[in-house]
Amino acid sequence: MNENAENIIEVKDLVKKFGNFVANDHLTFEVKKGEIFGFLGANGAGKTTAIKILSGLSYPTSGDVNIAGYDVYKEREKVKKNIGYMSQRFSLYEDLTVRENIRFYGGIYGLSNKYIKEKTESLLDRLKMREIQNLLISSLPLGWKQKIAFSVAIFHDPKIVFLDEPTGGVDPITRRDFWEMIYEASHEGITVFVTTHYMDEAEYCDRVSIMDRGKIEGLDTPGALKDQFKAQNMDEVFLKIAR
Amino acid sequence: MKKLIKVKKIKYILQKEFTQIFRNRTMLPMIFGVPIIQLVILVHAATLEMKSIDMYIIDKDLSTMSHKLISKFAGSPFYNINGASFSLNEALETIEKNKTDVIIQIPYGFERDLIRENETNVQLLIDGINGTAASLINAYSSSVISDFNRNIIVDLTQMPSLKNLEPINVETMYWYNQELNYKIYMLPGILVILVTLISMFLTAMNIVREKEIGTIEQLNVTPIKKFEFIVGKLVPFMIIALFELAFGLAIGKIFFHIPIVGSLWLLFGFTIVYLLVVLGIGLFISTISSTQQQVMFIAFFFMLVFILMSGIFTATESMPLWAQKVNIINPFYYFMRVIRMILLKGSGFWDISYEFFSLLIYGTIMLSLAVWRYRKVS
Repeated sequence: MNENAENIIEVKDLVKKFGNFVANDHLTFEVKKGEIFGFLGANGAGKTTAIKILSGLSYPTSGDVNIAGYDVYKEREKVKKNIGYMSQRFSLYEDLTVRENIRFYGGIYGLSNKYIKEKTESLLDRLKMREIQNLLISSLPLGWKQKIAFSVAIFHDPKIVFLDEPTGGVDPITRRDFWEMIYEASHEGITVFVTTHYMDEAEYCDRVSIMDRGKIEGLDTPGALKDQFKAQNMDEVFLKIAR
Repeated sequence: MKKLIKVKKIKYILQKEFTQIFRNRTMLPMIFGVPIIQLVILVHAATLEMKSIDMYIIDKDLSTMSHKLISKFAGSPFYNINGASFSLNEALETIEKNKTDVIIQIPYGFERDLIRENETNVQLLIDGINGTAASLINAYSSSVISDFNRNIIVDLTQMPSLKNLEPINVETMYWYNQELNYKIYMLPGILVILVTLISMFLTAMNIVREKEIGTIEQLNVTPIKKFEFIVGKLVPFMIIALFELAFGLAIGKIFFHIPIVGSLWLLFGFTIVYLLVVLGIGLFISTISSTQQQVMFIAFFFMLVFILMSGIFTATESMPLWAQKVNIINPFYYFMRVIRMILLKGSGFWDISYEFFSLLIYGTIMLSLAVWRYRKVS
């Protein structure tokens, strides 16, 4: 990763309150172009809240958020053209086939028919899902659905993709496959912003931030974080921070 | 590579909606089954006509004259003689058991009085639980009796009697529905309910379902515009509703021979404006609800109130003034009037222009509210 790459996400003093509860407490961080940025934290630490603000699904209480050069508050629609998003809730239509889902999402991003067709073909080959292209999503195992959901999220070639716990509930082999896909996307120049609570996945990231109770308590490369907290692995880092 | 033609995005939404609708196993039976069942059952059942009035006879006179009167009733297709005795108590018991609608009591000396004094009495005792039915039974029975002999005074319990019968023969002529065929009156009304029910529920449920399964979030991160989304959601249900109307009219024409006097183009044009209101309400409900249960409760509440006040069974003109005022926001009220006007009377555009423009304004307001209330960002 290029140390001098430009920032593609800039967050400054981001605060999100729900009544008296502070879900995000003055978050400030940058993500560089092409980076795989891990956004870690225990359940309820405020990861999903932050990712929703970054992807334009929710308004921040205060603070500046700049995504791909656009203000997420004022230039929401421009931001949306440049990002992909995959939520922890499953987001494909269960009653549509694999191909229909791809076509629909490609279509509402305004891609041309021809482009959608060509890209669908190459995608089906890459995922080795040609035989199942006309099966309903509801009939597929979770791991496959997750892979398709990710492919759909980056189908329109966004600059950034936000992944909110994409590997929740998936077996280790599928998780490994999934990370292969993340690396591939990263090689193609897509910045990956991923939340997870699997600490082994943190090792795969270029840099990670660790959140606890709405605050970022550590932010660096996995190696530097282990040095900083004098820990053997990310698990230990996490436990030290969360305590 | 990237184009920004709105219509194209809407096309993709339409494609997706139709695929989902026709893939849904409960959908097709709903679209085809519901109208057949509703029309066939309700048109027959929801009738105010009295076809089989159960009559109990107490004939204390047992004369030729009293027999003639009874055979008048027995011979009528509207009456069904279900018992006879001399005991009023026995007769009343059958009313209490809901077996009898009316008791006719012919007093001793009926024939004698009629011949000697040219005047006599009979008594009708009517089950008054259902007021409308009771007054109909009264009217039917009184007219049978006065047909038999103008000089019999009907002494009526529970209902105002028809004393002072005028010796003038009134000949009544009903326009637009000469035989006062109740089915012809009811069928358009039931069609209105059918079209509204299908389109409002389906629209409201559809968007809330996307909220429940979480796909709405995925849509909200796309650059799709609210307007494109709403149009994409409305058009499929508009088409289904128009199809329902056509299907229902066909059933009405084939099985009930309803007259279609006015222009079908006008009817469908008006229906489109009406559907803007209904779909607008459906959308609005879905934007303020987060589960399908909430939608059901809210929609059901409004439907019930609106249907009962719409004038499907009772003339809105005879409702209290405040109720008539409430009907200004009752979409059923407008359509109920207009569909009957067009189908039965052949009313033209200028006859229904008040309803047309009222609904146009109403629809614009409801759709704007729905678009305004639909939030891509929380």
